[in-house]
Amino acid sequence: MLSNRHIMTMDDLIADEVTLILDTAESLAEVNQRRIKKVPTLRGRTIVNLFFEPSTRTRTSFEIAAKRLSADGINFTASASATAKGETLRDTARTLAAMSCDLVVVRHKYAGAPQMLAEVMDCSVINGGDGIHQHPTQALLDLYTMRQSLGRLEGLRVGIVGDVCHSRVAGSLVPALRMMGATPVIIGPPTLMPARPDVLGAEVCYDLDEALPTLDVAYLLRVQFERAARMPFPSNREYAMLYGMNADRLAAMPSHAIVMHPGPMNRGVEISADVADSPRSVILGQVESGVAVRMAAMYLLLGGAESGAAA
Amino acid sequence: MDPAAGVDGVLDVLVEDGVIAGVGEDLEVPGAEVVDCAEKVLLPGLADIHVHLREPGQEYKETIASGTRAAAHGGFTAVACMPNTSPVCDRGSTVRFVIERAEETGVVRVYPIGAVTAGQAGEQLAEIGDMVAEGAVAFSDDGHGIQSAGMTRVAMDYLKRFDVPLIAHCEDESLAAGGVVNEGAVSTRMGLPGIPAEAEETMVARDIALAELTGCRLHLAHLSTADSLELVRRAKARGVAVTCEVTPHHLFLDEDSLVTYDTNLKMNPPLRTPADREAMVEGLLDGTVDCVATDHAPHAVHEKELEFELAPNGTTGLETALSLVNTHLVATGKLDWVGVCCVMCHNPRAVANLPEMRLEAGFPADITVVDPEARVDVTPGWFVSRSRNSAFSGASLLGRASDVLVGGSWVVRKGKVVV
Repeated sequence: MLSNRHIMTMDDLIADEVTLILDTAESLAEVNQRRIKKVPTLRGRTIVNLFFEPSTRTRTSFEIAAKRLSADGINFTASASATAKGETLRDTARTLAAMSCDLVVVRHKYAGAPQMLAEVMDCSVINGGDGIHQHPTQALLDLYTMRQSLGRLEGLRVGIVGDVCHSRVAGSLVPALRMMGATPVIIGPPTLMPARPDVLGAEVCYDLDEALPTLDVAYLLRVQFERAARMPFPSNREYAMLYGMNADRLAAMPSHAIVMHPGPMNRGVEISADVADSPRSVILGQVESGVAVRMAAMYLLLGGAESGAAA
Repeated sequence: MDPAAGVDGVLDVLVEDGVIAGVGEDLEVPGAEVVDCAEKVLLPGLADIHVHLREPGQEYKETIASGTRAAAHGGFTAVACMPNTSPVCDRGSTVRFVIERAEETGVVRVYPIGAVTAGQAGEQLAEIGDMVAEGAVAFSDDGHGIQSAGMTRVAMDYLKRFDVPLIAHCEDESLAAGGVVNEGAVSTRMGLPGIPAEAEETMVARDIALAELTGCRLHLAHLSTADSLELVRRAKARGVAVTCEVTPHHLFLDEDSLVTYDTNLKMNPPLRTPADREAMVEGLLDGTVDCVATDHAPHAVHEKELEFELAPNGTTGLETALSLVNTHLVATGKLDWVGVCCVMCHNPRAVANLPEMRLEAGFPADITVVDPEARVDVTPGWFVSRSRNSAFSGASLLGRASDVLVGGSWVVRKGKVVV
């Protein structure tokens, strides 16, 4: 089991617990291959997906994970909820708390929203992405995918390319890689770098081509134009020229190296179609891992219904 | 104790008809009420030249009645209030409203600060002459920097005609870019958009240059970075008519206090680095900083209980400033009461054109009696202000104003507001 009752940031976990989550996910992955994709592990437990931002893949992934563990999953989306009527997050949290749920998965436009929920609600909280801060289950599923594809995490050199400063994925992945003994290198134009990469523990590189031959993983981020105060580079064309992953760049990487992307992709900007669809792309594998990793996180946070249920 | 009056010792102060009638040893006046102030420190009434009283328009946060009581509770006998009310105090009639309302409902002296530009929109001068005629003491678009250098130049030229200072909120919004905390380690770790120190410093440099160009008196509000102070230090050495203030929260807190998303620590300018905080204290001690001003910014609970990025900026300050200065600077031997008197009474009054107060015969009896040994626990119950959004909630402090006289009338006795 986990020592903390929440997964809000990577700080809530230690390396052994990350390994436990990945190992548990590995055993749960088998459920996803069955004809009847369901185990009774979390029967009777209530899991609320509290999504204040539009999301298809993450919400669906959590929803499927909850259903496969037989939990009662409730979707609470901002557009369908009281927030449109001006209710505060705190009141929404109190309202949900009054209905007694066991776990809340929250996705929110602003950093710190999971912490606010945890203050008000007496249940576990998984951060499904808060502002430009963190998205820990994405980092966990990325670690899972890397471990599956490359056999290890220790010693890997992972280039995280693109809009790092607006990326909650990078916000969790950088510390997660560090925790597991890998080396994160953040790569992009200085206009998309965080103020203090040293605080996250990442190496910084402005030149993708210089970094490519040293990388085991090229992890491409979507440019989040909607979050930038002003255009951080002259054009998509120039961005693709300097930072876009394409066949030539893929060839410059070691032959074992893989390409990852948290989705949704801007084909033709940060990644070309041929690379996205190449055998060295594990992008769909990431989506697949997501379900198993989230099942593992839910199972371990809620303590399981009975021991051995994961098997 | 009053350096301006040249008094420092165990003395009697005689108050008659709202005026100080005498200061000396063993004054004997038959029939006079005697107040024993043994172990206490008497200061001329403290003044805070940067407060938001919220009236008119935002009375649910604070009123002139509640804000002046909070001021008295904190030992202040005078406040200068910022014009970012609703409507903005940008014309004579609103200045008059504030002064009349303060006469009716206030318990300390209130001096309105007028807006520099109409609606604080930064585009066109407000009716400054009319506001001066109605009693505005200084001018500021506080809450926003005046983004255009050209507009600032016109304002400075015009203000010079009235010998009133421009109080500048220095923030280049194109650099601040919607940030909510200091840009750096904390913004990176917490995933919050940052405001670089340079958003303040570039405008400090610009406004100093324009003060030099125009000869207008420039007062820089709530400075927060070491380099801002360095710019002021150099400008003063050149003889530029520039003064500045620092808030208690920038003196005694820094960004490392932000471990949770506590919105009471969200203010503008944001809490900066520990090195900046130390530079603020150093600047206060070496005279680069002229005043401690609180930027008392009350907000209702429901406004502060939002996501960090959505919550309004500001912390209350009137009721904790003196205790904080005593706890961190006087009790630790860094600053003496002469220094406190300068940065919390004489300098702010001089900067903002407030009448001088001295512990001297002939001056109005505005007196702050400090009990330096009293314990203050900053709990919700401590506050007289309508709002509770203090960055120092939960702190345990030393020293407070035990008794306060305004114009010879008691407004605070034994630590309690009595009017």
